Amino acid sequence: MNRPLRHVWLVVAVLFLTLFGSTTYIQVFQAKSLNADSRNARTMYNEFGRDRGPLVVGGSAVADSVPSDDSYGYQRQYADGPMYAPVTGYYSVVYGFSGLENALNDTLSGEADSLFYQRMADIVSGRTPQGATVELTIDPAAQEAAYDALDGQRGAAVALDPETGAVLAMVSTPSYDPAELASHDRRGVRDAWRRLSEDPEKPLTNRAIGGSLYPPGSTFKLLVAAAALDSGSYTKDSVIPGPGSYTLPGSSSVMSNHSGGNQAPCGPGDQSSLQDALRQSCNTSFAMLGTSLGEDELAKTVEEYGFGQKMSIPLRVTPSTIGTDLDDAQLATTSIGQYEDRVTPLQMAMVAASFDNDGQVMKPQLVQSVRTSSLKEVSSLTPEKLSQPLSASNAAQMREMMQAVVTDGTGEAAQIDGAEVGGKTGTAQWGEGRNPHAWFVGYANKGDRKVAVAVVVEEGGYGSDAAAPIAQDIMKAVVSP
Amino acid sequence: MATVVSYTARPRRLTQALLLLLALATGLGAIALVSLGRTGELPSSFPLTAGMAAGIAVLLQVLVMIRAPYADPTILPLTLLLNLIGLAAISSYDTARILFNDKTSAYAGRQLIWTAVGVLACAAVLWLLRDHRILRRYTWVSAVAGALFLLLPLVPGLGRDVYGARIWISIAGYSFQPAEIAKILFAVFFAGYLVSRRDTLALAGPKVLGIHLPRWSDFGPIVVAWAFAVAILVFETDLGTSLMFFGLFVAMLYIATDRLSWMIIGAVMFLPPALYAVTQVSHVQKRLTCWLDPLASSNYEACFQINQGLFGMGAGGVVGAGLGEGRPSMVPFGQSDFIFSGIAEEMGMIGTFAVLLMYLLLVQRALRAAVGISDGFGTLLAGGLGFVIALQVFVVVGGVTRVMPLTGLTLPFLAAGGSSLVANWIIVGLLVRLSDAARRPSARRAGAGAPHGAGAPHGATASDAGAAAPQGVAA
Repeated sequence: MNRPLRHVWLVVAVLFLTLFGSTTYIQVFQAKSLNADSRNARTMYNEFGRDRGPLVVGGSAVADSVPSDDSYGYQRQYADGPMYAPVTGYYSVVYGFSGLENALNDTLSGEADSLFYQRMADIVSGRTPQGATVELTIDPAAQEAAYDALDGQRGAAVALDPETGAVLAMVSTPSYDPAELASHDRRGVRDAWRRLSEDPEKPLTNRAIGGSLYPPGSTFKLLVAAAALDSGSYTKDSVIPGPGSYTLPGSSSVMSNHSGGNQAPCGPGDQSSLQDALRQSCNTSFAMLGTSLGEDELAKTVEEYGFGQKMSIPLRVTPSTIGTDLDDAQLATTSIGQYEDRVTPLQMAMVAASFDNDGQVMKPQLVQSVRTSSLKEVSSLTPEKLSQPLSASNAAQMREMMQAVVTDGTGEAAQIDGAEVGGKTGTAQWGEGRNPHAWFVGYANKGDRKVAVAVVVEEGGYGSDAAAPIAQDIMKAVVSP
Repeated sequence: MATVVSYTARPRRLTQALLLLLALATGLGAIALVSLGRTGELPSSFPLTAGMAAGIAVLLQVLVMIRAPYADPTILPLTLLLNLIGLAAISSYDTARILFNDKTSAYAGRQLIWTAVGVLACAAVLWLLRDHRILRRYTWVSAVAGALFLLLPLVPGLGRDVYGARIWISIAGYSFQPAEIAKILFAVFFAGYLVSRRDTLALAGPKVLGIHLPRWSDFGPIVVAWAFAVAILVFETDLGTSLMFFGLFVAMLYIATDRLSWMIIGAVMFLPPALYAVTQVSHVQKRLTCWLDPLASSNYEACFQINQGLFGMGAGGVVGAGLGEGRPSMVPFGQSDFIFSGIAEEMGMIGTFAVLLMYLLLVQRALRAAVGISDGFGTLLAGGLGFVIALQVFVVVGGVTRVMPLTGLTLPFLAAGGSSLVANWIIVGLLVRLSDAARRPSARRAGAGAPHGAGAPHGATASDAGAAAPQGVAA
């Protein structure tokens, strides 16, 4: 009876091989999709039961995990929650994650591929696995200045390091406290969520990079001017027409040269230099300049600055747009930042930053470095050039024109003692009978300190009054700390 | 194929003692780790558990030294280790349930008591059953008792439906899976019956498609077994139990006759009832759906248990969450039917492989004993018991890992449950007894009437030995 016994053994071996196979399949090959299944509550418990790495700004944590005495094991807590909420986002057991908590989840939880060796080392040495520490590029002084200056208003501000693309400040107000949503008290979280998501002021929206975007108003003239310089047919001293009013081509609408129906011409003889037109923010000058450049030229230019492109910094940035298929009348209003122009403050800050970086557009980045729990640096910020829409000399001309705006134009409120400051204000019309959005886009240099900013205050009125002082506060915090 | 089976007639009692020690250390270590992982301290009951486990190891070692000195030294350590790992997994389920679900849960304590009962049953087998051939006298008694046990759940007022399957009975609050006991009785019956009929059953009948079929007149037994399996399927509606019994019969029939045709016939016969169950019985149908695509959103709720099991296994990955670090209590019946997913979660793929290898080794030792044993009855019994363990593991783990539809069986030695634990410890007692017979020096002397233990009726059943292959040489 030995032969059949051997065959039975063979059958048993095959049965067990099947089990080895099926177990391997589930635990190795299917594991990833099982763990990612949204219905898998276990993943959530594991997720929240982890010693998640902190988000660090200027050496202190703005988000970190502390052991908690409940079924999750760890509680996420936030320092200066509302101020940093647009950056950190929330980490909620009920509503998932947002902001960097979402975008950097793999890194913070320690599951990122780049942390593989650390993970193995933790397992081998029996340490409790800990997520990586992420140090942000945010300058706490700039962030605080922006948040304090915007407090009580609806709006957003972004500050960039022009040379590296590092995001120095990113504020969106009104904000919310992520701690409310990260609480393990589910009922409290639901109440807070309801209150925040039903709030007409939309505190959960990060206005700096998303939401419904803003018309850029006169700050868009910077892009038209840049396109003009880049075309080779203009310099900052070129004389361009700027009448008191302009009847839009193929239409009966009349555009006034200044807001509020002010029809003063841009200069004697209905003309001025390009620089002077920018300084005074003449509408007709730029409407006519834009139409003469044409939609294709303008579209090509703005695309080089980042319009229409998906960006992840690693927060996802909503692409800005100038609309498409414009007739000449539409192109004229597009050229002064109205019609279908919709931009993010981050995009406008990138524009200003490029002028202060010899015409090079750098990719904005929020992560300065990633360190393992044992302090080994896994990665650090590498500046990344997106494009060079403008030559260095043309960029210098842009800076000169922008300085004129600040020293002797609409942007005087942005002046900083001892620093080179350039900028452009904007007063963007957006709704019948509503106060316009106030903008300021600019840069400041002092010694080797550089910063580029974009500030928008919803329904703030004139950019020169409402936005320029805020920009000044932020830039001062960076160049004259 | 002729292979010389050469056992050195060494008792290997020291080997067993060391292996038992290893099993104790590993198993108790696992139990301690579960508690340390969950609460950071040892449970207050740990000294008791450790003491009992050590007592069990000593009892088994001493008993084997007295009653079965030549027994295979790996069988008991493997069983003890599986049992202790089961206790660890169950206490992990308990503690997780207490910690995360705020519920009371004390399966581990009960399992410890049942472990003691199981070991005592195993000890009783070793002590009282001095020679396995005595069992052959009870061939037909076993048949009747086995059939009664198996059909017990159908008695109104006694049987209990669990997830649609009627394989449990409930007496005075205690529930019991009689199929676990029945499988031993049937193994004894099949061994006794087949060893006397094997020559007739092996005779060639008509040749169909190049295969020698048995004679038509010999179809009686397999038809009866088949009818029985179908009855279980139809009335108790459990594919697993039905498959286990029919599989056991067919495997033993094949071992007895060495005729492949029986195996093929068996497989072919089992297909129609299995198909019937799958298409006609609603809860088996459901299990089929959950086997094919449990994660589809339309099936998700209905297949909640298997999905939670899959999530658990996925969470474990290769190395596992660590003992006491997982959440086995999220899987319904994570202490019994789905204990495998709990082990997979906490010990990872490495742990599941270790557990499966232990089973495989145990089955291999049983089959080894079957090869070495000198009488046909013993060979069949050892082979049958070994195979039934393998088949049960396959049906359960295969159900959890979606190799086949889920059934109502539980993992031997691991799953919480008294009847299963006691029955499987009895099987281990039998296997120790059988391996002792296989390795004992006297068994290797052809027709030797020299009894080893006092009163062992060797000579009485020498005719069986004659029917088997010449000692030491397999034909």
